[in-house]
Amino acid sequence: MCLAIPMRIVEMDGVTAVAEVDGVARKVRLDLLPEVVLGDYVLIHAGLAIARVDAAQAEETLSLLRTLAAADEVY
Amino acid sequence: MKTKHILLSHGAGGREMGRLIEQVFLARYGAGGKPGDDSAVLTLGGGQLAFTTDSFVVAPLFFPGGDIGRLAVAGTVNDLLTAAARPLALSASFILEEGLEIETLMAIAGSMRDTAAECGVAIVTGDTKVVPKGAADQVFITTSGVGEVVRPGVSGAAARPGDRVILTGTVGDHGAAVMLARENLLQGGGLASDVAPLTDLVLTLLAEGIEVHAMRDPTRGGIAASLNEIARQSGVAITIEESRVPVQPGVAAACEALGLDVFQVANEGKMLIFVAPGDAARALEVVRSRRYGQDASLIGEVLPGPPRRVQVRTLLGTTRLLDPPAGELLPRIC
Amino acid sequence: MKFIDEFRDRELVQDLSRRLGRLAAGPATVMEVCGTHTMAAARFGLKSLLPPGVRLISGPGCPVCVTAQADLDAFLALGRTPDTVLATFGDMVRVPGSRTSLERERARGAVVRVVYSPLDAVDLAREQPGKTVVFFGVGFETTMPATAVAIKSAAALNLDNFLVLCVHKTMPAAIRALLAGGELKISGLLLPGHVTTIIGAAAYDFIPRDFGVPGAVAGFEPVDMLLALEAILRQLQEGAARIDNVYPRAVQAQPNPRAAALLDEVFAPSDAEWRGLGVIPGSGVTIREAYARFDARVRFPEVWQELPPAPPSACRCGEVLRGALRPSQCPQFDKSCNPTQPLGPCMVSSEGACAAAYRYERR
Repeated sequence: MCLAIPMRIVEMDGVTAVAEVDGVARKVRLDLLPEVVLGDYVLIHAGLAIARVDAAQAEETLSLLRTLAAADEVY
Repeated sequence: MKTKHILLSHGAGGREMGRLIEQVFLARYGAGGKPGDDSAVLTLGGGQLAFTTDSFVVAPLFFPGGDIGRLAVAGTVNDLLTAAARPLALSASFILEEGLEIETLMAIAGSMRDTAAECGVAIVTGDTKVVPKGAADQVFITTSGVGEVVRPGVSGAAARPGDRVILTGTVGDHGAAVMLARENLLQGGGLASDVAPLTDLVLTLLAEGIEVHAMRDPTRGGIAASLNEIARQSGVAITIEESRVPVQPGVAAACEALGLDVFQVANEGKMLIFVAPGDAARALEVVRSRRYGQDASLIGEVLPGPPRRVQVRTLLGTTRLLDPPAGELLPRIC
Repeated sequence: MKFIDEFRDRELVQDLSRRLGRLAAGPATVMEVCGTHTMAAARFGLKSLLPPGVRLISGPGCPVCVTAQADLDAFLALGRTPDTVLATFGDMVRVPGSRTSLERERARGAVVRVVYSPLDAVDLAREQPGKTVVFFGVGFETTMPATAVAIKSAAALNLDNFLVLCVHKTMPAAIRALLAGGELKISGLLLPGHVTTIIGAAAYDFIPRDFGVPGAVAGFEPVDMLLALEAILRQLQEGAARIDNVYPRAVQAQPNPRAAALLDEVFAPSDAEWRGLGVIPGSGVTIREAYARFDARVRFPEVWQELPPAPPSACRCGEVLRGALRPSQCPQFDKSCNPTQPLGPCMVSSEGACAAAYRYERR
């Protein structure tokens, strides 16, 4: 039961917020993530933000994978 | 658990509806011309007449991009076009729920007039019935249409190995827009139905002499339903390239959020066109030059077998089967 | 970056697939325990990217699949109570109970509303004071916090017509029961990334420690799942067993403290019955006393008392979920049980083990 998509917080009012991606929006609750700020990407599941998406971590993972893939191509 | 009552899934355009039609109607009426086609083709004098009917029960009545009236005209016009027929005339029958505002009905009728004028078809006859409050959901519209077949033999049973499959534009627009307008799930931003009559697009293609074998408008059940229908009727296999199926970002996002397969989501202004391989490039050019066809894409081809199998080559280059949809389209959280 | 397309990148996926091929040293069976992983694997055709001999199988991670018949029967029975609105996630609508389903009850006049969030069910209750809205609380730890927030929200609004039938289940206890059962022969576990955003990766430390089985916490895009498989194959190569977090952009080792507090405030751990697996101790939750006025079991105890015993069913989903039977080995498979007329949950959920096998192994 894990369908959750990354959406960006575009409005915030205490524990209620509006999250949006590609023009689709939803009012969501931020009860689990006090540290979230406007512009953050969060995973939304059943109307609740369950985790903040760490862009730096994501970039690091992708960067490493791209390096490995490029190295592979040499062979 | 055998089904004894009609369920919503019987109207969803998938497996259950197919079985219901076979077991209740075809078993009693016979299969008529080519079973499975959206229009029946009848011989009249020296030519052929295409004849079709459709009922429209959409809620809400007015949604971003259109309304039930435009849907009723475009839907039946498009069904006639799948038989390569020039739409001539429509009938329009209304079942109205007691209490419906007459202004609402006027708006719907006006929309039907505008859509009919857009594609040069006349609404020539009709009927009106009123039922007590609660016996219908505001308005149900049934349109029947007749058209003059301009190219005989175009049928869902006529797709051949080697044919290329053209999709005239983005998928999932209508189903996503309506679901979001009806249910309190997400706010749809710029999502709008694609509802449109495709007369100009199809008739131009035929006038250009393009060798068209089959056409289908992928309504309920999406392209998954239509591709499987044609694969079954023609006894062929079809392969689709996922990366070539155009999807608007907002529609893709809504489907991701709700766990919907965009290939199963309804369209009301699109056509799947099966053309002979030699004509594919020119056909694509023609479609792209016409209104409602600007995002057309060549999405796949017909293979000799295994018969009735529809497969998708995913974005990753892997292959998966595309089954006919089963049940109503429901959002998931799993 | 929107964090989806980048993790579906074809080149990265092909490269990962090649690396898996070089890493694999013999047959390996990895079990995923999340319906969303089953769905993702099927949607992206991941099977064909795995090296020969490496299999990905589905465990009991689909909450739809593992909701006990009696619980579903009770929810359906509530739908026959006058002035009741049944609110549910879409996933449950076609699941067969012993005799009927939400879909069929709706055809008989039950009011069934599909919601995206339990908070939407609270809104329904507010908008219809004359009706009792009962929300079916299905799902694992990913979903439980949403239900907890909904219950607290109903409390703050002083609603007396919002109820939850809580059948939420917890992952670690179920995994422990599966591994302790001894029937399961797996090389590693693909762990559900979104459940882990709530409970923290350390919750799975018992898996390598007590059972010597490798694990990797995985996200749901193709790159995520292949990274997790790579981590497991590497552990196998090293002869090691640990929990690798390969979803660091969303998951930490420690649980989300707000979630932990919220869940503890609203729910108490309990035993739970899993369809096909029986009762697993400590694998469920009940609503605490302080919120008992929102508990459907407390408001309608007679519904359980009056439930007729379930008729014997030929369904063998339990064995399939435990990995003891392959779908194609079930005598009902493709005979009396198929996606249009499913006997049990594995066939209803479109990517339940049997439904997936029906699609990919039949032809």
